[in-house]
Amino acid sequence: MRFALRRLGFFVITLWAALTLNFLLPRLMPGNPALAMLSKFHGQLGPGTLHALEVLFGVNTQKGLLAQYFSYLHQVFTGNFGPSLDFYPEPVTSVIGSAIWWTLGLVGIVTILAFLLGTGLGIVSAWRRGGRLDSVLPPVFVITSAIPYFWMGMVLVLIFGITLGWLPTEGGYYVSTDSPGLNLTFFQDVLSHAALPALALLITTIGTWILTMRNTMITTLAEDYVRMARAKGLPGRRIMVDYAARNAILPNLTGFAMSLGFVVSGAILIEYVFNYPGVGYMLLQAVQGEDYPLEQALFLLITVAVLVAILIADIATALLDPRTRTGG
Amino acid sequence: MSMPISGVPTAPDTGQLPGTAPGPAGAGQARLPARHALARMGRAIRSNRKAAAGTVLLAIFLFAALFPGLIAHDDPGADAYQPKLGISTAHLLGTTAQGQDMWAQLVWGTRNVMIIAFVVGLAATGIAVLIGVAAAYLGGLWDGSLSLLTDVLLVIPLFPLLIIIAGYAHGGGTLVLILVITVTSWSYTARQLRSQALSLRKRDFLEAARVRGERRLYIVVVEIIPTMTSLIVAAFLTNALYAVLFASSLQFIGLGDPNTQSWGTMLYWAQNNAALQTGQPMWALAPGACIAALGAAFALLNYAFDEIGNPALRPVRRKRVTRA
Repeated sequence: MRFALRRLGFFVITLWAALTLNFLLPRLMPGNPALAMLSKFHGQLGPGTLHALEVLFGVNTQKGLLAQYFSYLHQVFTGNFGPSLDFYPEPVTSVIGSAIWWTLGLVGIVTILAFLLGTGLGIVSAWRRGGRLDSVLPPVFVITSAIPYFWMGMVLVLIFGITLGWLPTEGGYYVSTDSPGLNLTFFQDVLSHAALPALALLITTIGTWILTMRNTMITTLAEDYVRMARAKGLPGRRIMVDYAARNAILPNLTGFAMSLGFVVSGAILIEYVFNYPGVGYMLLQAVQGEDYPLEQALFLLITVAVLVAILIADIATALLDPRTRTGG
Repeated sequence: MSMPISGVPTAPDTGQLPGTAPGPAGAGQARLPARHALARMGRAIRSNRKAAAGTVLLAIFLFAALFPGLIAHDDPGADAYQPKLGISTAHLLGTTAQGQDMWAQLVWGTRNVMIIAFVVGLAATGIAVLIGVAAAYLGGLWDGSLSLLTDVLLVIPLFPLLIIIAGYAHGGGTLVLILVITVTSWSYTARQLRSQALSLRKRDFLEAARVRGERRLYIVVVEIIPTMTSLIVAAFLTNALYAVLFASSLQFIGLGDPNTQSWGTMLYWAQNNAALQTGQPMWALAPGACIAALGAAFALLNYAFDEIGNPALRPVRRKRVTRA
């Protein structure tokens, strides 16, 4: 209980830090970016909107920094992030709502797949220590983990999209010929557009799962209870799964819970390369178009997702492994 | 115990520096002076294949960064040639849509990436050592607040944060990139260094130094930090790898200065000119491959140090695995 409270306390502090960062950044940056933004959109904004933006970014106000800070917090907690300037007059929240499902679908599924496949390969690789799989996988994935995601995406575009012409290389579906709906053609359309970004993500993320699982499993395999299980003559598969893997999977499970939080932000550059209509692509567009309200809201969304996932990961670890409960 | 782990005999064959004579007989083993640790690493690099590969790759890029003129004869910025030339002996990678020699761009671009990697690597590791060791050694309220700072920074999603800051800064060039990446990316290694320093705190040689009445600063700088050399090197490698990936990514999406010569900006121009779609794949492939290779060099070295520090992970020979 004390542990859970402490983690909750950390969650609140970090959230506060992120909110404060979001508040301070546009105010501290040289050249007052927010003022430039507002003058760019001058005349297109209604008075109510203008006021909301002034509160969020601290422009045209005689109030002190502290008073600004509190009205900013008030707006954020009431969910008022103002309108998106690129998509004016749509509010930021509804703009994000339309993009988030693309990201959750693509990156979420790939994250789960990478975790399952990677953990499985890690288990087998450690079990057959020094075997063919084990001599190939670790060095290969040390290298793939250094490959930038977006470049892997570009390579796949070149091979499967342009040279072979098998798969579409940009967008979430054929915008001109297809319209979203619950039918088979749209489903296939979405799937074919997701294939390349998904593959790029899978290749670049699976290595971490394999290596972590393999390395923990190797340590576990040296434990006495594994030797005992062997001495008892239990079948190899049973020892591998129920004795070794079950105890070695904890770091990977924690990592998995955390990576779910990074689903929202984890594929910014992949989405950029493929013009995929998700949250990451939207963030970059917002930055390039100086759509600060959208930027702020997206950053908060991304941070909150990560923080919640970390909280869940911490609590799950504590439930699964009693040893961690007393530690920090 | 921390005996030297490469196969070489363990006698301290490196001459001791006058200032770093080993401590009292009992404590001497736990305490490897920095120079000794570095010599140990040198041996390990030679005996570990991953480390050797990483070192060779790194040496190649260092050479290109220091003497680009020896490898590429063209001016990377000059629009001197016919645009969109293919691969030839005159233009090893062809020319860009603006008629610049791509090979020259690639070679001259190495310098920018290496500067970012080394400056950020050193600066971020410096901050990490300072904060990690101070937190562990000072303990109490200091530890509490420094650890909290580290942990908060650790969980805030870095890349989106970098994008936002770079966006507000309006493409301020290499210096801004270095500053922003350094300030945001030291926390992971600080945490590792803190736990290592914590485990050292109760060792005899530190107790001895305290009893001798040494000042805290002396203990931290002369007694603690040298024993952590290998972890500090690993931290540098991690930070340098992050710096390469982050900086190239930011330059790729146009948040660096698009006029710098670097791999990330090459990718930016390639993407902007639809290089893949217009039959100039080298424009995007070559700089990306270099980023991956440089990243792999840091990752390989790091992985090798992991193996050196944790013998259980070292590769086993296949014939030894004879399970019933």
